[in-house]
Amino acid sequence: MRRVALILAPWLGIVAVWYAVHYTAIVNPALVPTPHAVAAQLLTLAGQRLPLDIWMSTQRVFLGVFFGIVLAVPVGFVLGWYRNLRGFIDPLINFFRALPPIALIPLVIVYFGIDELSKVVILFYASFFAGVIVMYEGIAQISPIYLRVARTLGASDAEIFVKVIVPLTVPHTLTALRVALGVAWATLVASELIAAQQGLGSLIQNAASFFQLDIIYVGIICIGFIALAMDIALRKLTRRLIAWQERIA
Amino acid sequence: MIPVPDRTARPTRISFDHVSVEFATANGPLKVVDDVSYDVRDGEFVSIIGPSGCGKTTMMNIVAGFVQPSGGTVLLDGKPIAGPGPDRGVIFQEYGVFPWLTVKENIAFGLKLRANHVAATEREEICARYMRLMGLADFADAWPRTLSGGMRQRLAIARAYAVRPAFLLMDEPFGALDAQTRSAMQDLLLEVLQTEGKTVMLITHSVEEAVYLTSRIIVMTARPTRIREIIDVPFGYPRDERLHESPEFGALRSHIRELVMREYAVQARQFIPSST
Repeated sequence: MRRVALILAPWLGIVAVWYAVHYTAIVNPALVPTPHAVAAQLLTLAGQRLPLDIWMSTQRVFLGVFFGIVLAVPVGFVLGWYRNLRGFIDPLINFFRALPPIALIPLVIVYFGIDELSKVVILFYASFFAGVIVMYEGIAQISPIYLRVARTLGASDAEIFVKVIVPLTVPHTLTALRVALGVAWATLVASELIAAQQGLGSLIQNAASFFQLDIIYVGIICIGFIALAMDIALRKLTRRLIAWQERIA
Repeated sequence: MIPVPDRTARPTRISFDHVSVEFATANGPLKVVDDVSYDVRDGEFVSIIGPSGCGKTTMMNIVAGFVQPSGGTVLLDGKPIAGPGPDRGVIFQEYGVFPWLTVKENIAFGLKLRANHVAATEREEICARYMRLMGLADFADAWPRTLSGGMRQRLAIARAYAVRPAFLLMDEPFGALDAQTRSAMQDLLLEVLQTEGKTVMLITHSVEEAVYLTSRIIVMTARPTRIREIIDVPFGYPRDERLHESPEFGALRSHIRELVMREYAVQARQFIPSST
């Protein structure tokens, strides 16, 4: 009970501040829809396009993160493991990581068109570079003592990989996945700048053209809560998969 | 006191013959071990003592198979050492207990490897035996993070013992433990060795530990390390705590402490060039 109250308190606080901003007219009240107006809009949209928007956006994020992590895990592993490689590859990764996905949109359109693929490519790009850094920093920290111990017990190279390196990689993979998911949701609106008919990003952009502030708020709130829900689910999974870890991510 | 058996009657298991080791560093080659020769006989418990950082661990790493000597030869049962292997159990100072495995899974780790594959029922027996012996029976399914330092060390020893190595190589195994735990661990080790004899090399910087545990003490100089003196410990096994109080023990301890302290003094001058 106390826990629920503690969790709810900051959210209720935000709603209270929101009402205060509207009714004290610090900002022109016409520019700040009330929370109940946004809630009403959310219910209306829930019966119309919102489910499809959520479905499309979630699908794009999933695909982008999936392919991003599938590539980031082996690449991050190799970079973390073979330290000599890092000196060459590190600047390359930081170069590409620094590029904002929005700046790449024109090129992505040229090379990948304006269909689903181009949106997933943007999310893949963002997920990969976020994931690969987490991955190789984590792998580089693995203590060589475990490999030595395994060797003295008679483990072959293949056994060391499967029985020592893989379990040590799992926590870093899960962290990379969490970071990539966060980055992908943050990049979603940019990816849906590319001729998207559906999706939370396109919902926000369409609403912006017609100055429908309440719909913009609905879109933002949906993105935030879906990202939050995924993060919580992933944390639960992490806790189950790596119960052995001292610190739970 | 039980008499000490004649060591020369036993076969040589490990032999160091004019061994030297050099490491490449940014400032050129660094000689760590310089012309070291000795042999370890079957069933002996040898300690290597010297100032910290002198190169003791390097000598253990040669036997473990992690380091190749730059000069001379090291033979294990008459054969050169190709690499690490389950015939030599290594106890590291930092334990190296696998944090992603439970206590029991840690002990079973070596038994499940192809190199020493053991049938499941026998594996259960071996795990149970060493958990009992090391006082870990109530913690079979515990994660290592929940164990104390002493328990982790016992787990590391149990894991090494489980694959039945002929040799036990220990690198300052009790260095990170508090005095009481260390003393309990020393007695436990003596007890276990009493039931399952092994040829043991112990790297330590504790004179007390070397005299109390081992049958032969090799005192090393500061780096590059050479043999200063080899001392046969005139006490048989089993040993117990009362040995610490005997005048012979005290005399031997003082003698070795003096030798070691002299080397620490040499090393101190090495490390602070401005004082010379």
